[in-house]
Amino acid sequence: MTDQTAVDGSIVALHDVAKTFTNGTTALDHFNLEVRRGEFLSLLGPSGCGKSTALRLIAGLGAPTRGAIAWSGEGADEGRERSNDIGFVFQEPTLMPWASVHANVALPLSLQGLGASTTTPSVSGALDRVGLTDFAGAYPRELSGGMKMRVSIARALVTSPTLLLMDEPFAALDEITRFKLNNDLLRLWLALGNTIVFVTHSVFESVYLSNRIVVMTSRPGRIFAEIAIKAPYPRDESFRTSAEYAGYCRLTSEALARAIASGEAQ
Amino acid sequence: MTPATHGERGERERQLRLILPLATLVLGVAIWDLVVRVNGIPPYLLPGPGLVLQTLVSDGTILWDSWLVTLTTTFEGLLLALIGGVGLAILFNQSRILEYALYPYAVILQVTPIVAIAPLLLIYLPQQAAVLACAWIVAFFPVLANTTLGLNSVDHNLSDLFELYGASRLQVLLRLKLPSALPYVLGGVKIAGGLSLIGAVVAEIAAGSAGAGSGLAYRIAESGYRLNIPRMFAALMLLSITGIVIFFALSFLSDLALRRWHESAIRRES
Repeated sequence: MTDQTAVDGSIVALHDVAKTFTNGTTALDHFNLEVRRGEFLSLLGPSGCGKSTALRLIAGLGAPTRGAIAWSGEGADEGRERSNDIGFVFQEPTLMPWASVHANVALPLSLQGLGASTTTPSVSGALDRVGLTDFAGAYPRELSGGMKMRVSIARALVTSPTLLLMDEPFAALDEITRFKLNNDLLRLWLALGNTIVFVTHSVFESVYLSNRIVVMTSRPGRIFAEIAIKAPYPRDESFRTSAEYAGYCRLTSEALARAIASGEAQ
Repeated sequence: MTPATHGERGERERQLRLILPLATLVLGVAIWDLVVRVNGIPPYLLPGPGLVLQTLVSDGTILWDSWLVTLTTTFEGLLLALIGGVGLAILFNQSRILEYALYPYAVILQVTPIVAIAPLLLIYLPQQAAVLACAWIVAFFPVLANTTLGLNSVDHNLSDLFELYGASRLQVLLRLKLPSALPYVLGGVKIAGGLSLIGAVVAEIAAGSAGAGSGLAYRIAESGYRLNIPRMFAALMLLSITGIVIFFALSFLSDLALRRWHESAIRRES
């Protein structure tokens, strides 16, 4: 089937980036990361290792204290115009409770001043992709946790971004819902051919989803190891029970344990 | 427990919540009537409930006109409080300098007893304007304080999201901050409704002793001087009913505005 390991070129690269917050916490230091076009990259690490910070820096939410973030490809220097090219999914669904599902998904487009006639096809398309067409008129509180997260994903997809940033999006969901959403996400990624950077603290989730895992040490966050998951896509439940999967999980768990130990040794 | 008995229990609970206060009212009025009759208390000290009702009808025209005056003042005060409170809160939210410069004085205006300010206002302003100013002073602060809290209670992730998608300051205000603040604003308005009435009454009473006036509170003061206690009670009753109706009307409007999305307005099946 599709060999998604064949990725070409970098979409964004962080060079020797450091981020120190005003309260003195250094979340990242000497952090180097290259995101390659078309890949599914997971940032894996313990809580407080700065993986969310790295994701926010890529999104342009805050500037690095030191170092540079270099974009490549078309319109690399257009700055804020890039927002159309990035989708962001938070750990919480982060929906506007006063707005319908449709209005929530339309937000990125309507903030650009686009009218309902222009946005509706994109919104319907995005809702269709996450299987929520029938819920366009519902309000967030009427939905389950998993459905809210789907709305959040639809909103991130509505601008057809080339880069999708996801900050532990499924961490608050139950395991059954999470497995289902993992499969849905993989299907979307294969269909859309975009690039995903996925922050997680779950070894299993990162192995199941990614073709590359970056393991980080804690505070200040640095890259400890890089693991390529060479299993082919599409992956399904049979992959979850395979020896190959178990092997990658062991490999990744060991790397994570050493990363945590090296962080504590400092 | 089956759903049916559950529903019946809920129904009975609702009935109790309606019947019990009414029963208390009837009992209270009956005791009041009994005390007046048994002790033969003269009407200029304590009129019986029958006489109060009778006065309400016989003095209907005069009380109705006064009621309209007070009601108009109350609603004007509430409307100005809404505009002023929300407007100031937005200004404070947009400009820290304005907030630091003015907020303390909004607090001072609030904590200084209105009874003490009213006579001064009546010296400097035409009477109707002074009464309205009193209603406004008392009513605007809860709206200001609540709206300020609401504007600052925006979900941080939603803020980030708006920033990410390049929202302008105006878009953030109109499409994020104000909707987030709406439940708080409505909470403030619910308090302000009753307070506006109180402010209007206080100013009318203060104005009443100075002479001219026509609101319900003025009628109370005037009836007091004339020892027309039944009319005093009738006017007082009208004021209470007005306050109650304003509160329920505002609660209803608030529920209507929030029922689709805010926890406060959602009835849960339990």
